[in-house]
Amino acid sequence: MRIIIVGCGNVGRTLTEQLSQEGHSITVIDRDEELTEEVATQYDVMGIGGNGASFSVQKEAGIGHADLLIAVTTSDEVNLLCCLIAKKAGGCNTIARVRNPVYNKEISYIKEELGLSMVINPELTAALEISRLLKFPSAIKVDTFAKGRVELLGYKVGEGSPLCGQSLMEVSAKLQGNVLICMVERGDQVYIPDGRFRLQEKDVISLVAAPKHANEFFKKIGMTANRIRNVLIVGGGETSYYLTKMLQAMGMGVKIIERSKERCNELSALLPKTLVIHGDGTERNLLQEEGLAQMHAFVSWTSMDEENVMLSLFARRASKAKTVTKIQRIAYDEIINSMDLGSVLYPKYITADYIIQYVRAMQNSIGSNVETLYRLSDDRVEALEFVVGKQSPVIGIALKDLKLKENLLIGCINRRGKIIIPGGQDSLEQGDTVVVVTTNKGFHDLRDILK
Amino acid sequence: MNHSIIRYIMCRVLEFQAAFLALPCLVALYYREKAGFSYLIVAAVCLFVALIGKRKKPENNVFYAREGFVTVSLCWIVLSITGAIPFVMSGEIPSFTDALFETISGLTTTGSSILTDVEALSHCNLFWRSFTHWIGGMGVLVLVLAILPLAGAYNMYLMRAESPGPSVGKLVPRVRHTARILYGIYIVMTLILMVLLLCTGMNLFEASTHAFGTAGTGGFGVLNTSLGSYPIVAQAIITIFMILFGINFGVYHLFLDRKPKEAFLHEEMRYYLIIIAAAVILITWDVREMFGSLFEAFHHAAFQVGSIITTTGFATTDFNLWPGFSKTILVLLMFVGACAGSTGGGIKVSRIVILLKLVKNEISHLIHPKRVKHIYFEKHIVSKEVTRGIQVFLISYLLIFAGSVMLISLCELDLVTNFTAVAATLNNIGPGLELVGPTGNFSIFPAPAKWVLMFDMLAGRLEIFPMLVLLSPSTWKRG
Repeated sequence: MRIIIVGCGNVGRTLTEQLSQEGHSITVIDRDEELTEEVATQYDVMGIGGNGASFSVQKEAGIGHADLLIAVTTSDEVNLLCCLIAKKAGGCNTIARVRNPVYNKEISYIKEELGLSMVINPELTAALEISRLLKFPSAIKVDTFAKGRVELLGYKVGEGSPLCGQSLMEVSAKLQGNVLICMVERGDQVYIPDGRFRLQEKDVISLVAAPKHANEFFKKIGMTANRIRNVLIVGGGETSYYLTKMLQAMGMGVKIIERSKERCNELSALLPKTLVIHGDGTERNLLQEEGLAQMHAFVSWTSMDEENVMLSLFARRASKAKTVTKIQRIAYDEIINSMDLGSVLYPKYITADYIIQYVRAMQNSIGSNVETLYRLSDDRVEALEFVVGKQSPVIGIALKDLKLKENLLIGCINRRGKIIIPGGQDSLEQGDTVVVVTTNKGFHDLRDILK
Repeated sequence: MNHSIIRYIMCRVLEFQAAFLALPCLVALYYREKAGFSYLIVAAVCLFVALIGKRKKPENNVFYAREGFVTVSLCWIVLSITGAIPFVMSGEIPSFTDALFETISGLTTTGSSILTDVEALSHCNLFWRSFTHWIGGMGVLVLVLAILPLAGAYNMYLMRAESPGPSVGKLVPRVRHTARILYGIYIVMTLILMVLLLCTGMNLFEASTHAFGTAGTGGFGVLNTSLGSYPIVAQAIITIFMILFGINFGVYHLFLDRKPKEAFLHEEMRYYLIIIAAAVILITWDVREMFGSLFEAFHHAAFQVGSIITTTGFATTDFNLWPGFSKTILVLLMFVGACAGSTGGGIKVSRIVILLKLVKNEISHLIHPKRVKHIYFEKHIVSKEVTRGIQVFLISYLLIFAGSVMLISLCELDLVTNFTAVAATLNNIGPGLELVGPTGNFSIFPAPAKWVLMFDMLAGRLEIFPMLVLLSPSTWKRG
């Protein structure tokens, strides 16, 4: 597809990199000509310097042939104007990043009137991601499939866990097949396990399950996943605001520590039921005074990466809370991964992932059949969701009789809203959606899973 | 410096060279010439080395501008050497220096020859000579980029190092697609030219060799008289196509993109055509008495101007005998060169235009010292980096020019010969004036002077910097 990306900030660059890798023809527009030049060289795309909201610049970028325009500049207004002009000039699909909560309230109106295909609010999506994590306190990572009906959870096998030393066959015998372990990371290696695979301490397993069953699973393995009842958030940005609303809707108590007095006033006006504390979240005394030790969850979401890392490390030492850390600018993932930080979230990846999912879905209508795609474990594993088409060669054959490729697993079947964690006797029907987990790359159709 | 990736890319280039070398074998097969075996052997050796060398995949993909420059210059050197061996093996150009000179002259689309009797060469050698023009015209690495899926960010560095012009841009977002479009246009135009030449009565061999020479703006002919003994129609067709191949290929892409208005407004092309028109009119007027009719004078003037400004170097007549004014214009045109992004050489019209605008700007700045003014080219502001790049290019160009003239003047030939010999090689034109004029050739120079000229040809084709980077000690320092 031909895609125009306006804005080469964090998100713009991440999008450019990923979409270029997926084989799209990309043109980036940014005011900073040097930056576009650099991006153009680095990711094999076309770079144009100029104001992305200008018609002539868009024309130069080839809006006439473009399939999609993504506006991710720092300004909401520019983004909306970009999309509006692109819609009128090229009639292409448009995605805008809009983060101002004032617009966000009217977003469906704006979306409809301006003909936007998608509006993304990075803070809101980040908040959604955190709230999902806090819903499953035992998981370190959560992705969803089948419009939220299926979840892919990452879980680290702890010391003395009943899973240690068990083979997957034994595990599934105990759990009556409601949950499927589809990927195991051990050290630097990733495995797509079969029934004889034995789990070890410190393995990070990914499992597919319906949300209800996931909680049962954690209960059965002794993680009586004490439901999170109270959360401490350091940093009172927009994300914290959205997150607080979501968490309170789930019945959790929320405390926010924020440095700026002004912002505290705003927050307390917006969130009357929340405990808003004015103070420096990096102050040890303040954290302890506010009962860090008793907290079930701790979210460090300030604007400074270094502070967030330190805070989370401290919180893990001083309490049993589940920690969520924000990393804004990353260059050293390996180092961050090697630290005991609990869940780490990268807002720019979250935003980019949402947009990329849309792009993939758009491509479906053009040729590929991938409904959703997640890259797991540093891009080494892909989890893809396919729709079973009319003449698919896999229909009606028991899974154990299908000649599947190596390192591939069918994680779950969504049959008209019913989630089936498949065994060898199950077979696929037309209209099912299937989640496939694999280390092979570049699947476009369900047919590709066969040898 | 990432040696393993440079080795890997060079092996891929050698594979292409093996394929190229297979073509003269076919010609040899048709004409039943023994010289074909030497091509077969070299092609086999190239393929063998390439297959062994590429078996080990590069350890990492670190690739920056430095690697780009080094890869491109090394590839061109390797192509030149492997391309020269068949000439020596077939015994038709026994001296290695001469053979290498001839091959570099071919690949860099110069067209300067050391041969006193071109017609003595076998068909396959003549074909290879002309075909190197075609390879070198658009560039080998551009072809490699178009065909091989070289993933990663480094293709832009390669493209930039090989393609001529002050700021190399892409036509479409992906380098690979850009390279394909360029080669697509190139191949189609070559084929059209070939068909037209066939219609004028040339046989397939002559039509293809001349089409290659014109497309790459090279200038090797297959007869001693260059194009002088072909019908006037063929000469006229070649005149038009030489000029067409000297135009920025971006213009053709605009046509294909159905943007004829932008294509006609292309600033560089307009200046280029204006320069050609002016030169043709002046020379026609100057040489009108030497030919039978005004039309004939116009025909030869147009051919010669087209041949020199696009740096092709074909000749229909001995312009060395023309009056001083015409010769001066031709020598000046040698330096102007064709458009950026074409197959021609020289300084390039765009650089000259931007430099003139800089001069105008500077004068205006002297009168209004506080004036703030930008330079526009192709409706875009020319950034400081680009103008600086052009200035540095011009200075290095002049230094290399002066140095080369000094060095070859040691062999006691007259100034005009030396001066135009360097001008003709550094600008990838071919013939100069006096002893190296259209009827003369470069065999008069001793071996050391030929090596200097070989360097000039490579430096001129790759636009100086890749060769300078290759020779700069800091490139090879560790860390």
